[in-house]
Amino acid sequence: MATIAHDDSGAVVIVGSGAGGGTLAHELTRRGIKVVLLEAGPRLTLASFSQVPGEAFAQLTWLEPRTQSGTSTVVEDYPLLPSWTAKTVGGTTVHWTAAALRAQEWELRARTTYGAVEGASLIDWPLNYQELLHYYELAEQRMVVTRRNGNPGLPASNHFKVFYNGARRVGYSQMHTGFMAINSRPADGRGVCIQQGFCVQGCKTGAKWSTLYTEIPRAEATGNLDLRSECRAVRIEHGDDGKVTAVIYRDPSGQKQRQKARVICVACNSVETSRLLLLSESARYPHGLANSSDQVGRNFCHHTGGFVWGVFEQPIEFWRGATLAGIILDETKNDPKRGFVGGYHLEMAALDLPSIAIAGFPQTLWGRELGFVMDHYRSMAGIFINGEDLTRSTNRITLNPDVKDQFGLPVANIHVDDHPNNAAMRGHAQQRAAALFKAAGAIKTVTSRQTPATHNMCAARMSRDPKDGVINAHGQTHDIANLFVSDGSAMSTATSANPTLTIVALALRQAEYISRQMNTRVI
Amino acid sequence: MTANARMGRREFIGATGMLTGLLAAGSPVALLAPSRAWALDLQTLSSEEGAVLLAVARTIAPHDQLDDAPYALVVGALDVNAEHDAATLELLRQGVTALGADFVKAPETERVAALQARESTPFFKAVRAATLSTLYASPLVYAYFGYEGEAFSKGGYLHRGFNDLRWLPEVPLSDSGPVYGAES
Repeated sequence: MATIAHDDSGAVVIVGSGAGGGTLAHELTRRGIKVVLLEAGPRLTLASFSQVPGEAFAQLTWLEPRTQSGTSTVVEDYPLLPSWTAKTVGGTTVHWTAAALRAQEWELRARTTYGAVEGASLIDWPLNYQELLHYYELAEQRMVVTRRNGNPGLPASNHFKVFYNGARRVGYSQMHTGFMAINSRPADGRGVCIQQGFCVQGCKTGAKWSTLYTEIPRAEATGNLDLRSECRAVRIEHGDDGKVTAVIYRDPSGQKQRQKARVICVACNSVETSRLLLLSESARYPHGLANSSDQVGRNFCHHTGGFVWGVFEQPIEFWRGATLAGIILDETKNDPKRGFVGGYHLEMAALDLPSIAIAGFPQTLWGRELGFVMDHYRSMAGIFINGEDLTRSTNRITLNPDVKDQFGLPVANIHVDDHPNNAAMRGHAQQRAAALFKAAGAIKTVTSRQTPATHNMCAARMSRDPKDGVINAHGQTHDIANLFVSDGSAMSTATSANPTLTIVALALRQAEYISRQMNTRVI
Repeated sequence: MTANARMGRREFIGATGMLTGLLAAGSPVALLAPSRAWALDLQTLSSEEGAVLLAVARTIAPHDQLDDAPYALVVGALDVNAEHDAATLELLRQGVTALGADFVKAPETERVAALQARESTPFFKAVRAATLSTLYASPLVYAYFGYEGEAFSKGGYLHRGFNDLRWLPEVPLSDSGPVYGAES
């Protein structure tokens, strides 16, 4: 572990230690580059993860205020939690459910594949799929993904047996226990999954890949990483030449600090990434950094999602086992005959007590119907819908000057108007999931509305034309050569894949580019 | 059992109200509780207000075999909110007054109708949210719902029944995977 001086202007400063920032920190430090890694949250250990549901949520979640607006039902249903993200070393890789899915080749050409969709701002990615595929493969090796590179699949749980048999009975043919970044046997110096359930609580065996106990300690072992937890970046500064020069942050005692930098990479999980760029406005950049295109914060995507639950007569006990180890790939296609463009995944999912009642059911479910469903908690099965959300330029992260955080800075406002395509896709997926459970013997099904975003994407997207986005195919901002974006904001479109594998793949690619540019003194 | 913290703290001075009850012998809650008699002090709400709110919580999330004690925790959570936020106290008082003291003894169909008429009010939303997040979060109710709690200290479920379901056909190995450590 290095100690890098505040006035050392030779280091790369990365803001955020999750899938993007944590991976990038390891990749740069192992190439001999000094890195300061700023993380707003505390550093936890496997032993300190709580398995009491409410405690675990409070331990890992970003609970500072955010506001929201728009016609999305999330505004009404979850006024205090528009987005469920993490605030801890390792970021969302601590609470993620470890579905390591690749985007599809045709999804990277969304504008070409789907055509001109009214009310959407689709573009094609400025990245060749074959090139991304190379980094997907590297990421899968790194994260030890099941069903890749000879790694066995995870074994079928009780919950998966229900999911699988229902899928087969409604005619699906592409379903299995998933491409999971969870050890199905000991690997990478980490143990095997003991099927303890509720992966969102943090994995107490470390069988699930997280930068907290893979990339970050390995980066520290190079002697080139200075990790500063409980340090909140509040502003990025620039010099007279327009290049960024330092990150202003609040240290654990709340004191302002200035860390000089040669290169700055922002990886704060879309919402806070956009916020930090917007907060860094100056005379030269009056609309925030990297925002000459007015695209910072725009095109914000979550995923078209929500839960469908099947209530059965016989026990399932879905808390036993890896939470999301079950997937159906059949609906991951672009077939406009279904009434919408783009595809979706159906993913097996379980929720704890009390989250299932708070976040898994529609608000209208109460009284005897709620009592009946909850009385069957041990006999329930669940599906999470994960479908492509179409980019819209008006779905946008902005600063809300009326609500301030603990440092007196405006909080992020998330504005989302659901595209009609999302509603059509969600309806289709809900019907398919309910049919699946009925085919497996369900006596009742329950369907939620859209749930708070866990996948926050596209709000600083990569684009071939600088007018359409914020960064190029390497995550380098179009406006400022030594400022990068290294998280899910970088994605040009949402695709139907859970985003973590793509974020890691792009970080691996970006690290090569940054080190090359630094070595040749371009930046 | 942190959810139980406000129960039985008789040393509290200045309580404005109290809910009491007796757990049914042999109920899933009684198996976990230190004694069958329970009491919950209220710091802001009156006993009468607490009784109405308990009846609202029971109507929102009815589980006939569940004792009043875990529902009293909902009232306790609302009481804490009311203690710290005058607007919440006002909201609860107005809602309780509108329902009337007879709500407690009204038949379920009447209680449901009264709440249906108020489904979009901040009062109903606040009590519903507190009911879900408190009642279902309490370790007191784990046994009732069959939930087995933390599993890490017991080695997870890899060799303790994560795949013991027998009422559906088994999954072919190609779509599943080997159980690590099991005989193959």
